Amino acid sequence: MTAPSTTTTTAPATTSADTVVPVRFDFAAALKDSLKSAAIAFGLSIPILAFKTDQSGGDIFLTPRWGLVAIFVSIIFGVRLLQHAFMATKAYRLATPDPHQATEAVHAEPNAFQKVSRFGIPFFLGIAIGFPFLIYLIQGGMNESRYWVDLGILILTYVMLGWGLNIVVGLAGLLDLGYVAFYAVGAYSYALLSTTFGLSFWICLPVAGILAAFWGIILGFPVLRLRGDYLAIVTLAFGEIVRLVLINWVDLTNGGAGISSIPRATFFGLPFTAGEGGFADFFGIEYHGMQRMIFLYYLILALALLTNFVTMRLRKLPVGRAWEALREDEIACRSLGINTTNTKLTAFAIGAMFGGFAGSFFAVRQGFVSPESFNFLESAIILAIVVLGGMGSQIGVAIGAVVLVGGPEVLRNLGFLTAIFGAGFDPNEYRLLLFGAGMVAMMVWRPRGLISERQPSVFLKERKAISSAHVKEGHG
Amino acid sequence: MRWLQDPILDVQHLTMRFGGLVAINDLSFQAGRGDITALIGPNGAGKTTVFNCITGFYKPTEGMIALRKPDGSHMLLERLPGFSINWKAKVARTFQNIRLFSGMTVLENLLVAQHNSLMIASGFTFLGVLGIGGYRKAESDAIERAKYWLDKIRLTDRADDPAGDLPYGAQRRLEIARAMCTDPLLLCLDEPAAGLNPRESHELNALLLSIRKDHATSILLIEHDMSVVMEISDHVVVLDYGTKISDGSPSEIRSDPRVIAAYLGVADEEVEQVASEIGA
Ligand SMILES: Nc1ncnc2c1ncn2[C@@H]1O[C@H](COP(=O)(O)OP(=O)(O)O)[C@@H](O)[C@H]1O
Ligand SMILES: [Mg+2]
Repeated sequence: MTAPSTTTTTAPATTSADTVVPVRFDFAAALKDSLKSAAIAFGLSIPILAFKTDQSGGDIFLTPRWGLVAIFVSIIFGVRLLQHAFMATKAYRLATPDPHQATEAVHAEPNAFQKVSRFGIPFFLGIAIGFPFLIYLIQGGMNESRYWVDLGILILTYVMLGWGLNIVVGLAGLLDLGYVAFYAVGAYSYALLSTTFGLSFWICLPVAGILAAFWGIILGFPVLRLRGDYLAIVTLAFGEIVRLVLINWVDLTNGGAGISSIPRATFFGLPFTAGEGGFADFFGIEYHGMQRMIFLYYLILALALLTNFVTMRLRKLPVGRAWEALREDEIACRSLGINTTNTKLTAFAIGAMFGGFAGSFFAVRQGFVSPESFNFLESAIILAIVVLGGMGSQIGVAIGAVVLVGGPEVLRNLGFLTAIFGAGFDPNEYRLLLFGAGMVAMMVWRPRGLISERQPSVFLKERKAISSAHVKEGHG
Repeated sequence: MRWLQDPILDVQHLTMRFGGLVAINDLSFQAGRGDITALIGPNGAGKTTVFNCITGFYKPTEGMIALRKPDGSHMLLERLPGFSINWKAKVARTFQNIRLFSGMTVLENLLVAQHNSLMIASGFTFLGVLGIGGYRKAESDAIERAKYWLDKIRLTDRADDPAGDLPYGAQRRLEIARAMCTDPLLLCLDEPAAGLNPRESHELNALLLSIRKDHATSILLIEHDMSVVMEISDHVVVLDYGTKISDGSPSEIRSDPRVIAAYLGVADEEVEQVASEIGA
């Protein structure tokens, strides 16, 4: 049994360094191609640009505009030439998937941009933990850092939602477009339980999670028989149904007006108020409005890390492996005795539970919930975070959340650009344009998300990352 | 007729229709315990459909498929839900077009196959998440079992590579090992030698014979390669257009004129003539 082993088992994975052939910038070829593009542009512009019809009385004149044509043609020539120059750079080649990745699985080593550095995770974690202090130091004051801590809370909420949805979409491969429904269930659970029965946040939090998981199972049961596009459409519809119920069940939810004056977060019973018996009073420090914000920041950080911890743990348990196996091949799972319906339901329920936790955090932060916070756009953003970050990758999802939620906020702070583009320039208006451009860029360079490699859940000798060429997205 | 005395699988009057097409027509056969039973027939004869009925992917239109446990009790496979055929009745299978979890490592593939026992060990996840109970021990046992099979299929070196990265022959062997990790009483192999070179095919024979020798696993095998069939099987069932045309030991099958006719594509009337020509 041992003698002939070597020949069949050695299919060495060639590293990407070997397969990248150094490309020289072939100026003559680039020039030729750019001239060709310019010629095509010239041909196209003759009927479109070259003549303008002017009416003067009853007569029509053709005004030639060769100057304009020349400008256009030279722009196209220049841009094409620049494109060639750019594509010959090293950076471009590193960021472009190796052509082998699509065709030959054997060569599909993840390239440099697909790998997370070993220091990436401690670095991000350190930033997240020290964030309020860093901002305090940078901004030089409590009040000045309010905006940034608030933004941090927002981003972390989406990181948590992304991680929750990642269980369903990234691991189990079930496309869920109605995830916001569970976020809503969590938020309304806390809002109703605390305003009606006066229960504290720490009691409501697990209850909200359990209720969301329960609704995950109820909605999941009929839905999970469907696959692919059908599953996506029905989950989308369920998300909308939950929102419509919240609007129309006025007796319970107070309809579109929402529920206000939800009790604010307390520090294990100590309210963040100025007076006697408050948090500041108890610890003998000076009261400041930011204390509550910083507490909320660490609360959502803890919840997000809990989500991450549980997910990482589940991946190493049989249920997590079954989710990933389900994403890879459902029929093979069934032949191995895996109850596919139950396995999908657990993914749905656990994902929903974390959505419920995040929802009750949302309610305690805002002090107000209304159905409008839980529309389809919200689901779409969470899904975009998961897909952009890299399905199944925890760190990828975190980066996706920072980019998609934090990115638009950066635009607000580009006021100095008015100096260049004139007073009327508002970078915020270009938000969707940039978003679209970013999406197109992703489709070209990172179709499997920012971090597309998969880490195996167990290994015998050596933990090797698995290239996205092998990993499937699931069909249902 | 050993297989009639102690059959592990008893198929009675199995019929499967797809609309007007009769894929299996009143098929009855037995597979003996401890035997390698080959199911052969031309393309489209309905062999894969028989497997799909046995392993619960199709519900047969008519008929009965009984699995006899070593203690003599019966399980009616056509009544079990698809996923419990593997777990409760202990029937495992492979697929004609390989179905591995290609984005998971070779080792992970073998662990997914032990899902149900590991699931119990992890207290249906509740204890496992909290880190209490005997999951750690169960997992290392599962890895030991995986190692045993990796050794047997000579893939220990590639345990941490994605299954999709393996060469074709190794993927076939891995699929068999994965099925064996579920500890089956009956292993159904759908064309395991398809696409293998002669040497790999020879190794496959050795693997199947050692499975039969070392484990309480009977094998039901679909195969086109007659040399494989003749070399390792104890009992051959021949299908043509969904109907059983012959059933017996390999030597009986080899000389059965109806089998020859089916393989050569001769009309029924000419069977006698063909038989006399080959001197059977
Ligand atoms: N799901 C299905 N729906 C319709 N026809 C099917 C289905 N599965 C198999 N068949 C038909 O049944 C016949 C037997 O197919 P199969 O069992 O795959 O043959 P083989 O002996 O080559 O494995 C073929 O004519 C095939 O087209
Ligand atoms: Mg077949």
